[in-house]
Amino acid sequence: MLAIELKNLTKSFGTCVSYRDLNFSINEGEVHAILGENGAGKSTLMKTIYGEHRPDAGGEIYLRGKKITIESSAHAISLGIGMVHQHFRLVRPFTILQNIILGIEPRNFLGMIDYKTARKNIEALLRTYNFELDLDQKIENVSVGTQQRVEIIKTLYRNAEIIILDEPTAVLTPQEIIDFYRIVKNLRAQGKTILIITHKLHEIKEIADRCTIIRKGEYIETVDVRVTSEEELAAKMVGRKVDLKVSKAKAEGASAVVFSIDNLNVINSKNYPVISNFTLNLRKGEITGLAGIDGNGQSELVQALTGLRKVKSGKITINDRDITNLSPKEVYENKLGCIPEDRQRVGLVLDFKIKENIVLQRIDERPFSNYGFIINRELTRFSNELIARFDIRPPDCEAYASSLSGGNQQKVILAREIVHNPDVLIAFQPTRGLDVGAIEYVHHELLKLRDAGKAVLLISYELDEVINLSDRIGVIHKGSLWADLSSEQIKNNPRLKEDIGLYMVGGKPS
Amino acid sequence: MTKFMISTLSVLMGLIVGGLILKISNISPLEAYQVMWEGAFSQPNYIAYIIIRSTPLILTGLSVAFAFRTGLFNIGTEGQFIIGALAATYFGYTLDFSPWIQIPLVMMLATMISALYGGLSGFLKARFGVHEVLSTIMLNWIALYISNYAVFVPGFRRPDMETTEFIKDSASITLFPEWKVSDAGLEWLSRHEFWQSFLRPPVNAGIFIALIAVVVVWIILNKTTFGYKLKAVGFSPMASEYAGINTKMKVTQSMMIAGALSGLAGATHVMGVSKNIAVLAAHEGYGFDGIAVALIGSNNPFGVLFSGFFLGALKYSGQKIQSTLEAPSEVIGIMIGAIIFFISIPMIFNFVTKTWRKNP
Amino acid sequence: MSTTLLFLFSTTLMYSTPLIFTALGGVLSEKSGVINIGLEGMMTFGAFVASWAAITTGNPWLGFLAGGIAGLLLSSLHAIASIELKANQVVSGMAINFLGAGLAIFFCRIFFEGASMTPPLDLDKKIPLLFNQYETVYLAFIAAALIWFIFNKTTLGLRLIASGEHPKAAGAAGIKVSIYRYFGVLSSGFLAGLGGASLSIAIVSNFRPTLISGQGFIALAAMIFGKWNPVGTLFACLFFGFSQALVVYIGGFPELQISSQLLATLPYILTLIVLVGFMGRTTAPSALGQ
Repeated sequence: MLAIELKNLTKSFGTCVSYRDLNFSINEGEVHAILGENGAGKSTLMKTIYGEHRPDAGGEIYLRGKKITIESSAHAISLGIGMVHQHFRLVRPFTILQNIILGIEPRNFLGMIDYKTARKNIEALLRTYNFELDLDQKIENVSVGTQQRVEIIKTLYRNAEIIILDEPTAVLTPQEIIDFYRIVKNLRAQGKTILIITHKLHEIKEIADRCTIIRKGEYIETVDVRVTSEEELAAKMVGRKVDLKVSKAKAEGASAVVFSIDNLNVINSKNYPVISNFTLNLRKGEITGLAGIDGNGQSELVQALTGLRKVKSGKITINDRDITNLSPKEVYENKLGCIPEDRQRVGLVLDFKIKENIVLQRIDERPFSNYGFIINRELTRFSNELIARFDIRPPDCEAYASSLSGGNQQKVILAREIVHNPDVLIAFQPTRGLDVGAIEYVHHELLKLRDAGKAVLLISYELDEVINLSDRIGVIHKGSLWADLSSEQIKNNPRLKEDIGLYMVGGKPS
Repeated sequence: MTKFMISTLSVLMGLIVGGLILKISNISPLEAYQVMWEGAFSQPNYIAYIIIRSTPLILTGLSVAFAFRTGLFNIGTEGQFIIGALAATYFGYTLDFSPWIQIPLVMMLATMISALYGGLSGFLKARFGVHEVLSTIMLNWIALYISNYAVFVPGFRRPDMETTEFIKDSASITLFPEWKVSDAGLEWLSRHEFWQSFLRPPVNAGIFIALIAVVVVWIILNKTTFGYKLKAVGFSPMASEYAGINTKMKVTQSMMIAGALSGLAGATHVMGVSKNIAVLAAHEGYGFDGIAVALIGSNNPFGVLFSGFFLGALKYSGQKIQSTLEAPSEVIGIMIGAIIFFISIPMIFNFVTKTWRKNP
Repeated sequence: MSTTLLFLFSTTLMYSTPLIFTALGGVLSEKSGVINIGLEGMMTFGAFVASWAAITTGNPWLGFLAGGIAGLLLSSLHAIASIELKANQVVSGMAINFLGAGLAIFFCRIFFEGASMTPPLDLDKKIPLLFNQYETVYLAFIAAALIWFIFNKTTLGLRLIASGEHPKAAGAAGIKVSIYRYFGVLSSGFLAGLGGASLSIAIVSNFRPTLISGQGFIALAAMIFGKWNPVGTLFACLFFGFSQALVVYIGGFPELQISSQLLATLPYILTLIVLVGFMGRTTAPSALGQ
């Protein structure tokens, strides 16, 4: 039996087509993956099925053989469709209980919320699906994995038969991912239909029955996962053969330390230690990866290293110069570059043009300004040079940063940092949200920097990225360096990924 | 859709709303607008009055616009204006130099003091996170009462009046005050009808100061690294901090300049028109109108220049409908409110142009 | 001593009342996610309409209600602009301030032969007293309790807060965010109108252009000081009312030789000090203004 069937489904926003002429179906009770690059239109498609977008006229959606028009997400819910968004739709100051019942609260005759009944119903659900949740915890105090379970329970509480999961493992630790796989298999065993949006190939191999590939808004193929290799899936997704492994020639043997973090302690605004006794040395010509779960002090570490946050104790040196507690400007002038985590809010001034962004730290330098006056033609000349060298599109230095694609925004930042010739580059989540081509480009540039003898600190929540690129790997947990693996330890460990996963949650491999 | 078009259409909508309000009050909008038009432009001295009226509006408008570009909403123009006016009166009265020293000195002192007053809001924001909208509102009232207090200080107060003493003539920036009433002046004016009418009101050099301020602000914002950094902070405080810009300092500096511009408005008003200050029962609105000027001028210095003149004309001619038609001049306030309302929702006009393109 | 305390107490209550109504309105609007700096204008318009309606009908309660409705009507502009038309909420609120003052005085002149203030109400047409306090005082406290109840016990409150914290989450849960935002903004207008009315037909006996004098903005400060929470906001308003009462009290001692003008700055300086001391950690609704 078909759970969902799509016929000639197209969605456009103005002149921009998100996806066109999709025809495929999803079987009842299967785990069906939707594979595609960022921007391929898969999220928009799922939001259409969840009623958040209306398809263009002519497209049809059938639910168990019956043609339906999904008016809204409320309507989708009433049809038994649930969705867990990539960015969780949870109200942070509310408790788990309040989040689950939000919108369909049981209430008494006075209009007051009947928390007792709600709790009873949810606890029954938790038993059925074998979930552990403390209903009175506030969302802002629980882990991302727990938040995801809340989202899933939310859909079950609304009697969802079809559950859409958007990039469900993007933010989970390896252990949480294993938990998640178990939950999905459990849901399927209970007869639910699961739709998973993803661009992770091994995830598909692990849990999906069938997989539909979408490329640039077009339907490519639906394949049986058991008989399709990861390489085949990748090629179909990108439209050309891709090399899944980054080809990195091994860095030359141990070289001089250029950047050292010595016994660093940092506290946050509430006087709570966020980085404790953190020690790490970066060597020339090496990429040091720092793995860890989001929220274990990575942001504060980068802020401390770049001068944005005061260090309580400890020492940061670059080329033997002490840069502890210097201002961001002074740190920058000491040849420390940084690709920040949030390129749109921190990396760029979106309302500035490319040529203005490209001199963000250097506007006071000659030749960009003279006696406080900006020399416009120098900005134009300089930025045109970088636009050509880094292939930034559109090649127009007057274009506003906000009008660029994610990949090109990242190129502007890369260009700006690399051209300043830093001795150390901190790359914090440098490929987040980029498509495959742009990811390849960024990785390539980082390797080039390494080969030019620079030290790179790669901080990423994507464990695969860290493992693929790094010559050495550190693991950060609760603000401490929990593990520090040399290149030998990396090379000769067949269980590397599982080990790092354990370190990330504060464990030690036996 | 350009900002200029949005402002123009909003002004048009404001005039329509004003007309509707007049209509439901049984006042003919056409007649009212005709009275306003004639009351604004039919005689040279009307135009002179509009220029006089516009001068402080342009300066307070610049003040609001400047702070806006750094992401700050300066509602404190009113208080900064009062402080500027008070300081100009005080120094204009107590100091006694030749005009060449007195005028710039008094103006500079008044501007500096109001810069500090405005900068206080910036400092409170940078240091303690107090939102500038709240602090400037409070400082507006504090300024008002301080000014009222000062007016009553013996020695500064004009005996038995609710006003202060007048500033020294050497601090006046009124144009040709003596020549206008001299025999030669009267004789010349009698032969030049336009100038006779134009110079009847207290035409003063304030407008030139406002024009210079417009150009200077434009240069700061568009040509200097200082303006570049202020705008960066306004657009994205986090990116600015990351790039090594001292955002807290910039917030304070921006509010200081905003305060200086409003203070300059108060100073030119005292030195060019009123020559002293009086007890205030409530805010006079030069500052609040500056917010309207900045919004209508879409925070662009030259836009502010135009909208300053526009609002000055509106305010001046609005009085005429009161005297001629007994129509409440507050319809001007309603019109300004409506204009700002439409400016707040650019989507309306985008929508209109889109449907226009679809079904021409 | 006890008369002093009694005087301070009752004067505090009197001056707090308009602030409580208005600041609670601010809480409702901003908790639902809509910035409302137009409270001042809504108060002004409400104060005028209440005064006019009380004079016209001879019934203070009809006047009071009319004041609330006037504020509500004015806030509907802000609601439509903010919720439907994606307006810049700060600018739209500012427009409401110009409109509120303009409309109030304009229609005052139209209805009262060109005068910018309404004629004084007869004593028997003002809001009556109960235990030596205007009855509106008790209503203000009831309003605070009611809003606390709504926020903590009802689906309305849960959904309204969700709309202000995370509209997408609310939407994904099938909630029509705009309905709750309309409720928040419109009730803020209604309450601000009541706040204005509680001035013009209770504390004083007429409307005049200088009546509100920034109280809408002080209410805004009280809301922030009260951390967007009805109970906290209530206490913040009482604090500001108390500072007003102090001004009146100290003003009663001419032998102290304190200038009444300087004394009048006290509430504003206290507000600033409070803001300096208690800002820092923001507890504003996450999706405010979006």
